[in-house]
Amino acid sequence: MIKENDTIAAICSGLTNSGISIIRVSGEDALKVVVKIAFAKREDFDLINTKTYTAHLCKIVDPKDGTLIDEGLVLYMKGPKSYTGEDVVELQLHGGVFVANKVLNLLLKYGCRLAEPGEYTKRAFLNGKIDMAMAEAVMNVIQADNDRALNISIRQLDGELSDKIRNLRERIIHENAYLEYALDDPEHVSLDGFKDKLLLIVDDVLVEIKCLIDSYNEGRIVNEGVRTVIVGKPNAGKSSLLNVLLKEERAIVTDVAGTTRDTLEEKAVIGGVPLNIVDTAGIRDTDDVVESIGVDKAKNEIDKADLIIYVVDGSVKLSEEDREIAEFIKNKNVIVILNKCDLDLQVTFDDIKMLFDKDISIIESSMKDNEGIDEFIKVLKDMFFKGEIDTNHDIIIANERQKDALIRSFDSLTNVKDSINADVSEDFYTIDLLEAYEALGDVIGESYSDDLLDKVFSDFCVGK
Amino acid sequence: MVVKETYDVIVVGAGHAGCEAALASSRLGLNTIMFTVSMSSIAFMPCNPHIGGSSKGHLVREIDALGGEMGKNIDKTYLQSRMLNKSKGPAVHSLRAQADKERYSEEMRRTLQHTDNLTLRQGEVKELIIDGDESNYSIKGVILTSNAEYYADAVILCTGTYLNARCVYGDVSENTGPNGLKAANFLTDSLLKYGIKMNRFKTGTPARIDGRTVDFSKMEEQPGDEMVVPFSFDNIGKDISREQISCWLTYTNEETHKIIRDNIDRSPLYNGDIESTGPRYCPSIESKVMTFADKERHHVFIEPEGEFTTEMYVGDMSSSLPEDVQFQMYRTVPGLENVKITRNAYAIEYDCIAGTELKASLEFKRIKNLFSAGQFNGSSGYEEAAAQGIIAGINAARKIKGLEPVVLKRSEAYIGVLIDDLVTKETNEPYRMMTSRAEYRLFLRQDNADIRLSKIGHEVGLIDDDRYNALLDKEAKIEAEVNRLKNVMVGANKNMQDFLASKNSSPLKTACSLADLMKRPELDYDSIAPIDPDREKLSDVVKEQVYINIKYEGYIERQSKQIKHFLKMENKKIPVDIDYDDVESLRIEAREKLKAIRPETLGMASRIQGVSPADCAVLEVYIRR
Repeated sequence: MIKENDTIAAICSGLTNSGISIIRVSGEDALKVVVKIAFAKREDFDLINTKTYTAHLCKIVDPKDGTLIDEGLVLYMKGPKSYTGEDVVELQLHGGVFVANKVLNLLLKYGCRLAEPGEYTKRAFLNGKIDMAMAEAVMNVIQADNDRALNISIRQLDGELSDKIRNLRERIIHENAYLEYALDDPEHVSLDGFKDKLLLIVDDVLVEIKCLIDSYNEGRIVNEGVRTVIVGKPNAGKSSLLNVLLKEERAIVTDVAGTTRDTLEEKAVIGGVPLNIVDTAGIRDTDDVVESIGVDKAKNEIDKADLIIYVVDGSVKLSEEDREIAEFIKNKNVIVILNKCDLDLQVTFDDIKMLFDKDISIIESSMKDNEGIDEFIKVLKDMFFKGEIDTNHDIIIANERQKDALIRSFDSLTNVKDSINADVSEDFYTIDLLEAYEALGDVIGESYSDDLLDKVFSDFCVGK
Repeated sequence: MVVKETYDVIVVGAGHAGCEAALASSRLGLNTIMFTVSMSSIAFMPCNPHIGGSSKGHLVREIDALGGEMGKNIDKTYLQSRMLNKSKGPAVHSLRAQADKERYSEEMRRTLQHTDNLTLRQGEVKELIIDGDESNYSIKGVILTSNAEYYADAVILCTGTYLNARCVYGDVSENTGPNGLKAANFLTDSLLKYGIKMNRFKTGTPARIDGRTVDFSKMEEQPGDEMVVPFSFDNIGKDISREQISCWLTYTNEETHKIIRDNIDRSPLYNGDIESTGPRYCPSIESKVMTFADKERHHVFIEPEGEFTTEMYVGDMSSSLPEDVQFQMYRTVPGLENVKITRNAYAIEYDCIAGTELKASLEFKRIKNLFSAGQFNGSSGYEEAAAQGIIAGINAARKIKGLEPVVLKRSEAYIGVLIDDLVTKETNEPYRMMTSRAEYRLFLRQDNADIRLSKIGHEVGLIDDDRYNALLDKEAKIEAEVNRLKNVMVGANKNMQDFLASKNSSPLKTACSLADLMKRPELDYDSIAPIDPDREKLSDVVKEQVYINIKYEGYIERQSKQIKHFLKMENKKIPVDIDYDDVESLRIEAREKLKAIRPETLGMASRIQGVSPADCAVLEVYIRR
């Protein structure tokens, strides 16, 4: 087991070559270790005497043979006024992954341990520097791969979500306190009219929590991308579509192994919309989603998807299979690609609309000729940027743990409402009021439950 | 030559805590001696003349369920009994009885005097006899002001409000305990010598008046309940029912408030004479008038002090104003225009220990085998004192016998909440029990205290086999009836629909169980009797439990979940020898608090003020390692 309070170091500027590399050292011995390899350029100054929040230009030297490795700024931030709450030293080096690695190795050799993923933030949380919502925001900032995500995370880091939750908690606890006060002193305090007043407040808080819960989907889309599944009969052109999309996107971010999924996802930003295309093994190999991954699994993927792209082979008439597929996906956001329009079209828009029994976005296209892609991008943008995802939107929650806690508080408050409506005596409300209060506390780490910590810090990336 | 005697257990003080402690320890077979400053002030009620009330009633029921005496004693001596909060749910129903103060005291003395292994002795303890060095103190006995030496394996301090007590009204200040009784002026020094942290608290009492000078026609009568619910689970309501004596309700008015405001600088609470902290929930009338300036009137309850005395208690008007102002002030209240005061109101200051000096067993952390209970521990109230008393008595006895202490959890009993709060939270005012302090009160009802605690009482040895078997029988009956109601299905036939219509209840669409019907707001166990011809005749107490278990099933389930979550933290023990300096990421404030209080479990740690969720996380990580 890792010691909680030893001195840790890591490169926190990323592992690609950049103009500057930053190594952060945190822990009791941070300065002691750094002065072994860093020497102030000002010859009469011993770096060990540096004051907090001052920077010194230093030479970084391998103490073993005196070789000069780099030159850079050394910044000292004495705990508790630092990011982690411990003594922190940051080395700003001239750049290059190679040099940064060399310096890091020296630090590791002279008393530091390599930081675990998320360990700086974990320490900041443990030392009371940031609350849970902020810690999670840090994680999101690190992982944000589009501007919008970064914006939301930074606002959360700023404490907006925490403030909001605190406000809701305050309102709940205020009513609960009055209730308790009245129950404790029935001869002096009356509860006349309390039910009606409470009902108004509960309704109001419910609306606000609902709004936060709803924002989760948006937040998730912003952070992870639009979960997209491509479906269609064999040979309809699904893999061609995938290839066209992947060519179209401006930057393939990465092949990310899904955290909870066992399938691979292709991440692509199409027309500014981050797509997470679930590459169910079937799409490329057997060209048959439903059969290759089994009906259950296909259903499962479709359930979780934000967007279904349904590729229809326009050159043959609709079949029973198409009806089955339509049945699976008809409650989702669907874009239909009517493919092979370069051939003789056997399927009309009306045929498809009949299949879904409603109006639906259909794009006539020919993957072969790259036709219809621009229109697809337009439809996609309309669907996901209907003025909803803009930077002025209210607070957005961006992770599942927060959403779960919010749902628990929502359910508890709904219980309170049911109790009021069923005319149950007031003292019963407190059970659910307190539960809602606690669940909201879980969102921002203000109530302590033991599994919270592990859950949150398990998927941080190194360097923060 | 001085007297030297040896006992198993010494109890210092014969108030409500001392009585329960002494009874528990002697009933558990230990040779016990109890010291009191006055043989005529045993189980004395120096303030209000009632036992129970919101949440305090719960404590009394729990004391009874564990095999204590308070419930039995008030059942013998009550003048009036009421179940408070009856319009609310069963969890906040709370029993309160007016006591005949003199008879209460007499009856308790009689019980003590007829208990085997128990010796009563008048005398003031001036010093503790303690062995060992700073890291390993252990109590050996006590020395009286007569210089007599008493030795014992365990000592329980229940000195109430007597330590360095001072009574004050206006500019009159007397160094006495309540009601002019002798204060105990030496013990504080003895405790300070061993590094025990002391507090100085304040409380107060209103005037007593001559009932013959009260005009009751100007007040509202507050009669007792027709059906009396006994405090003791051993008693049945009709066996203890008697003619009851009423209380009376009247109010202060603007004139009262003006007198108080005009003389406020003569109140020792306001002119700086009293600096100790008083209870916020039980303010003096001058505090109420000054704090809630916009309130036009305050309640005043006139309560009898006994059947054979004309003295009455002026509830809600405690004060430390000078005598002349008291006369003026009380006489502005409707019905009290010509009132004669028999005893003045006064404030009282006294020394007590910081509750954090104690383990949850009520043993001192620093001094082995020394226990304490009651106001001495920083609580207030007769019931709170008695509740700690019985636990201290039980645990002193168990310590001597080499058994694990009884520590009730917050999810088990109000007593658990009370003691946990006292030993983990640093209270800076006298601690009073309140229903709001109990997180799991739907479980901690006054009606099921026996089900919750009598098994523990039996295991400890204070509940005899007869009572225990009766309880098991009651539980079996409850379970069987609940199951029956859940399984008996009724159909949507005409009889049924007619019945439902007669109760203003909506008709059935499909068949359902009797239990489902009972859950409807407009129906309950008794009202569905016509459609449940097969039911057995059950006692009222069984019916009550059946009703509550079914009616509130959903809430009970939700609370069970909360309790499960709570127990997870509660069951995580912190090693006794933990070195908090070694837990490096703790914030300084938290570290200091943890070092001072040394909580026994992670749950306890999380309740200490100044220990944040993050600190708990650090601590847990450390413990897990």
